[in-house]
Amino acid sequence: MDSGMVIIGAGECGVRAAFALRENGYDGPVTLIGTEKHLPYERPPLSKEAMVSEDHPAPRTIAAESLFTEKNIDFVGNSTATSIDREEKRVTLEDGRKIPYARLLFATGAIPRPLPLAAGSKHCTTLRSFEDAVAIRARFQPGARIVIVGGGFIGLELAASARKRGATVTVIEAQSRIMMRGVPEEIARVIDTRHRDEGVTILCDTGIVSFADAADNVAITLSTGNVIVADLAIIGIGATPVAALAEASGLETGNGVVVNDWLQTSDPDIYAAGDCCIFPLAVYGGRRVRLEAWRNAQEQGELAARNMLGAQEPHQAVPWFWSDQYELGLQVAGLADEGVRTIRRDLGDGAFILFHLAADGRLVAASGIGPGNSVAKDIRLAEMLIARGARPDSGQLATADVKLKSLLAA
Amino acid sequence: MSNWVEACTSDDIDEEDVMRFDHAGKTFAVYRSPDDKFFATDGLCTHEHIHLADGLVMDEIIECPKHNGRFNYKTGEAKGAPVCINLKTYPVKVEAGKVLIQLG
Repeated sequence: MDSGMVIIGAGECGVRAAFALRENGYDGPVTLIGTEKHLPYERPPLSKEAMVSEDHPAPRTIAAESLFTEKNIDFVGNSTATSIDREEKRVTLEDGRKIPYARLLFATGAIPRPLPLAAGSKHCTTLRSFEDAVAIRARFQPGARIVIVGGGFIGLELAASARKRGATVTVIEAQSRIMMRGVPEEIARVIDTRHRDEGVTILCDTGIVSFADAADNVAITLSTGNVIVADLAIIGIGATPVAALAEASGLETGNGVVVNDWLQTSDPDIYAAGDCCIFPLAVYGGRRVRLEAWRNAQEQGELAARNMLGAQEPHQAVPWFWSDQYELGLQVAGLADEGVRTIRRDLGDGAFILFHLAADGRLVAASGIGPGNSVAKDIRLAEMLIARGARPDSGQLATADVKLKSLLAA
Repeated sequence: MSNWVEACTSDDIDEEDVMRFDHAGKTFAVYRSPDDKFFATDGLCTHEHIHLADGLVMDEIIECPKHNGRFNYKTGEAKGAPVCINLKTYPVKVEAGKVLIQLG
């Protein structure tokens, strides 16, 4: 038996990796190190269901405690890895405990990007953990004045949740529209309109000059000169990868831990996966990206596990994202900025999909929005078309009567 | 034990596709397999209670539209993370072009 597999980070990615090691027949020691005291839990509900559920929310665990026991996965919670000795191949935890490894995986994820201006304000917060969610939820009261800085997925999901709970919501976005990154304008407009219909104020092209705390609220001075008073301001301006330990250990890092297409870092016995890594995306000719996405975290966790066991499989998946706001479901397969033109397919009930085509006609991304999961099936089929480098006919893409499945068979 | 309920007609579902069927406060998913047989399961994914009928059918697999949890719709078997609880299945028969599900 070797000295074991150690995974730093117990989110979706690390947990999937731990179980995938067992699913792939590994029977040596598996140690999963997480900074939080809870059994590993799902983060996507924190901005959505956990904010609006009638009952007080509980963390939704990724796997029951009994499953960790059954699979002999040693979950070390409430603990931080402080150093890695790559010569001796062992990880040191903050309590001094040393854990040897044959292979090590960074699945440390990403944390909210701080807004330095807001650092001194006690009425400003960010959302990452379950505790953050509980604290924010407690402030989503009827009449409470909530300001959300940043019109990205998390900010807008929180805006929808805050409105459902009767709070007054203002979203401040520095760019010219919401969801500038990754979501085409035509779709962003639908979401923008939906928020405004709910009474959310969205201020684009607006920066922040200062935060000035009072006892119970904070006065936010905008670049327009206006001042908004908030009982709570939530900063949602993106995320930064947790890569300090990897960097301190001498691994190559950039915007995240740098890995090859097997998710291997510059040390062949150390891997990185999920939100913390920057990797070559095979579907776009090796373009280096870092994704902040639930499904990618799972897929890369599973792939890293197989490769830690010697599979040498490249990462080939197509990125996939979703967001739920009010009754609307948004899904994106692929990276829309790879496209140079779009074809629209209307599905009825206001639902539509934009197919993004490269100059050579390849389908490179598809973005859809509609009530509930109305775009899910076609986005999934589009994802399969993207994966195989298909060049579908524009006329057929535009025609809802032409089933995408039939294009897949072609 | 012979509560057969009409869910739809056989023409309502394409081959290798799925349709939602609500009855008596419950929701079901009715499937037509690529080899033209009909099946039925509970309508909601066991992971997060999403309507499976919005998902994609591939061969004998239904994939949840939200998180890609996969089930064999013929047996109800969960095929791996994030789903670990099997789907309940129901007997189905087709009579005179009508798809009937046995609900009790």
